[in-house]
Amino acid sequence: MPVAKTQSSLYLALESLPSSDRQFSLDVKTKIPPQGVTALFGPSGSGKTSLLRAIAGLDSHLTGDIIFGDQVWQSQTYRLATYRRPIGYVFQESSLFEHLNGEQNLRFALNRADTSQLQIQYSDVVELMQIGPLLKRYPHQLSGGERQRIAIARALLIQPKLLLMDEPLSALDDALKQEILPYLETLCHQTQLPIIYVSHALDEVIRLADNMLVLHSGRITDQGPTQELLGKLGTTFCHYQDASVVIQGKLSAENASWGLSELHFDGQRLRVKTPERKIGEDVKVRVQAKDVSLSLSAHDDTSILNRLQVKVDQIAQEPNDNSMFTIRLLAGKTPILARITGLSVHHLQLKTGMTLYAQIKSVAVIV
Amino acid sequence: MTLSADDLSAIWLTLKLASLVTCLLLVLTTPLAWWLSRTQSVFKGPINAIVAMPLVLPPTVLGFYLLIFLSPNSAVGKLLDQFGIAPLPFSFTGLVIASMVYSLPFVVQPLQNAFSAIGSRPLEVAATLRASPWQTFIYVVLPLAKPGYLSAAILGFAHTLGEFGVVLMIGGNISSQTSVISVKIYEHVEALEYQQAHSLSLLMVGFAFLILTLLYSQKKRQHNLFGGHKKAETDSPFGEQ
Repeated sequence: MPVAKTQSSLYLALESLPSSDRQFSLDVKTKIPPQGVTALFGPSGSGKTSLLRAIAGLDSHLTGDIIFGDQVWQSQTYRLATYRRPIGYVFQESSLFEHLNGEQNLRFALNRADTSQLQIQYSDVVELMQIGPLLKRYPHQLSGGERQRIAIARALLIQPKLLLMDEPLSALDDALKQEILPYLETLCHQTQLPIIYVSHALDEVIRLADNMLVLHSGRITDQGPTQELLGKLGTTFCHYQDASVVIQGKLSAENASWGLSELHFDGQRLRVKTPERKIGEDVKVRVQAKDVSLSLSAHDDTSILNRLQVKVDQIAQEPNDNSMFTIRLLAGKTPILARITGLSVHHLQLKTGMTLYAQIKSVAVIV
Repeated sequence: MTLSADDLSAIWLTLKLASLVTCLLLVLTTPLAWWLSRTQSVFKGPINAIVAMPLVLPPTVLGFYLLIFLSPNSAVGKLLDQFGIAPLPFSFTGLVIASMVYSLPFVVQPLQNAFSAIGSRPLEVAATLRASPWQTFIYVVLPLAKPGYLSAAILGFAHTLGEFGVVLMIGGNISSQTSVISVKIYEHVEALEYQQAHSLSLLMVGFAFLILTLLYSQKKRQHNLFGGHKKAETDSPFGEQ
């Protein structure tokens, strides 16, 4: 996929109008990096979608400044109309024009694209989203996942400088979600297009986002690189069921005859199931907190392959479930989270600074 | 079937009147219907009421006020006179204006319902695809509202064909100028020319059946068009009122 030439960061300083009768008031001031995928993450009702709609100019409930590169999109006295902003937008549910077939929907975008900077080719997008055979069909003849793939292609063909995606998977059931996620991953990693991705699903964020901006009741609670935030305690999401860390490292082919390879990072190694054609490459793996157990000694008599010597860095009781604890461990300098019971914490007499062994039951390669 | 030359000219006049009124209404009331479907203004209620008034008022009341309003002695009449325009009552032009008032709700309401059914999402999508408001209206709203336009055209046309009271009040019965089918039938009955009244009446019945069949099968197509994702609002051609 081609590269967007001009990349600009997005500056936001927005708050709710005092008169707006919303349940929460939004107050956000931040800068969104000019490349990669930034996830706007938070529970429903936290203001993610309002913020995204304000960036697109679809909502007038928020007042303040939006500046993209050197272009003012909104100020106290000015608002650039949505159709003049160089954005692409993917809505939550299928938003294809019902009176046009797939191809005509794509042409609608192509005909209005800024031709001076045609970067994303029609044929490339059709191939990326694998929608060639679907293009002659009308939206009502397509499945939800197929419609959403065409909608994403359409948003790319307008040649945006910033792609906004509002929970593009949330209206789909799990099977469809799994069907469409690989396309999104390819999109996020092959285009250099900056993407703002709204989601309340941590697993999507982990798979797709380079940066996170965490919203809670209309305020930013955390912001930073995904890997860094995931390994932190005290974030609003570190006690989620699927709390995880992401570890990045180089794959080497050892134990290949067993279908395994080794991931080297920070002087440590993890054995992972060999992904296709990834040997020698940098990959990311996801380790879920619930898959990490702790042991005071290095047992060899276990089926668990991955055992890392770690140091206890922080211990936190879960706010919603007093019987559970999340432990932040450091393998070298790489954080790993473990989710264990209070009884275990007491039994092992866990203390900050202790050295012990983390047994990792499963490691999933994500990229 | 016995149709005199006079009857034929009445049929022709009626078709001309109904077509002209329908076309004018479709074009002129589109902005009104669009505004009514979008606005949250406090005037929405009263304006809706005014639009719907011809539905409930006796046609004679409409005709009476139009007659007064357009008469040569009224402000409008005097103004027209200054521009050298002949008085409107008992003329074809007057009949067109009166029929437009009379058929207004039958055109505005289907359009308004069609616009409301589109919702704001397609408009937002079009805006994110760099379509200006005008482009959005032409390339998105109009195609999506096509079934509404068809309903509005059919209803407006059929309703104008059937008017009697307003025509009688403002048009009278001037051959090939204001003498439409419905008035002609009345005239035949008054003159005890039942055979001729039969011919014209049967024509109207047949036509009404044809046009309503067209209307209801069109509704069905609209339902299919949306493939069940977006249900046709109701079974009534008027939609919800």
